[in-house]
Amino acid sequence: MCDTCGCGDPHLHPHDHAHDHAHDHTHHHEHGHGHSHDHVHDHAHGHAHPPARTIEVQKPALALNQRYADQNRGWFRAKGLTVFNLLSSPGSGKTTLLEHTLRAVPGCAAVVGDLQTENDANRLRATGAPAVQITTGATCHLDAHMVAHALPKLNLDGVTRLFIENVGNLVCPASYDLGEDRRVVLLSVTEGEDKPQKYPVIFHNADLVLITKCDLAEAVGFDRDKALTIIRQVAPRAQILEVSARTGQGMAEWQAWLSS
Amino acid sequence: MHELSLMSQLLADATAATEGAPIHALKVRVGPLSGVVPEALRFAFESLIPGTPAANARLDLEETPLRFHCLRCHADYATPLGLYNCPQCGATDSELRGGNELELISIEVPDHV
Repeated sequence: MCDTCGCGDPHLHPHDHAHDHAHDHTHHHEHGHGHSHDHVHDHAHGHAHPPARTIEVQKPALALNQRYADQNRGWFRAKGLTVFNLLSSPGSGKTTLLEHTLRAVPGCAAVVGDLQTENDANRLRATGAPAVQITTGATCHLDAHMVAHALPKLNLDGVTRLFIENVGNLVCPASYDLGEDRRVVLLSVTEGEDKPQKYPVIFHNADLVLITKCDLAEAVGFDRDKALTIIRQVAPRAQILEVSARTGQGMAEWQAWLSS
Repeated sequence: MHELSLMSQLLADATAATEGAPIHALKVRVGPLSGVVPEALRFAFESLIPGTPAANARLDLEETPLRFHCLRCHADYATPLGLYNCPQCGATDSELRGGNELELISIEVPDHV
């Protein structure tokens, strides 16, 4: 049984490998000596400890998600899928962008994450493309395990591109590798040019920063030069595109990027 | 974010490595790009340790700097979040070398364990 979600699917879950064992690094010292660390100790106890030794672990906190992500990645590769993780604030235009993309580009499918409702998957299925909803309940981000559970529900015959529309959230989704090939972070013209400075982690990890709702730019007084400068500072390795799904502006360049 | 569930995982990994023996200290490395706030991690730690093998443990947080290697002039530099240009040549083409970690480095246990 899966410890993560309680399901019984043996094929979804990586085994606990022996490389997680700790290395014994014998290192005798009296507690209370100054260690030569360059960080601050929090000595909450006044009493002396007996001699101690250090066990090396060297394990990331997100090691389990990483294993699921790596498993997803291998599965995607075996199926010939290029996978895009779409991230943004709620309401930046992820679903509308995907509606237009799934209609225009053959061989696409989508997995959508929301806390509640199947609304987005319904909208995407209306394009004729395969789409499945993950409702997380209260979890504010998708993780690799959730994505792994959703994949068997998709008909992937003839599909070469899979879009994962993450939960609308500029904070938590940044930390969870889903097994994707590319990360696309959307920023709509209504959100403020300095948004990337406020959320540097998620923007830093973007392969593409997609400025959306450009048809509204004039109405909201969007400062394009300022936005581009800030994006280049915070996400220097990201490509930048500007689109309006509604008017079609930039959508050809977006589709070309999907193939690049 | 998610310091509570992340610290819970770190404590589980520590307990697994010591097979439930009392823990004197946990050394955790955390970088600015991890998305985790050190103070919140410490608060989570204090909330989670009562009644566990780590009940009297010390949390040693090693806060790592954000480090890059410039692919143009080959300088190695540290920089605050949100400003990644190379201070030497101004290039924005650089490789992350450190600062996105959240990991359990080591545990201190009684010597006789």
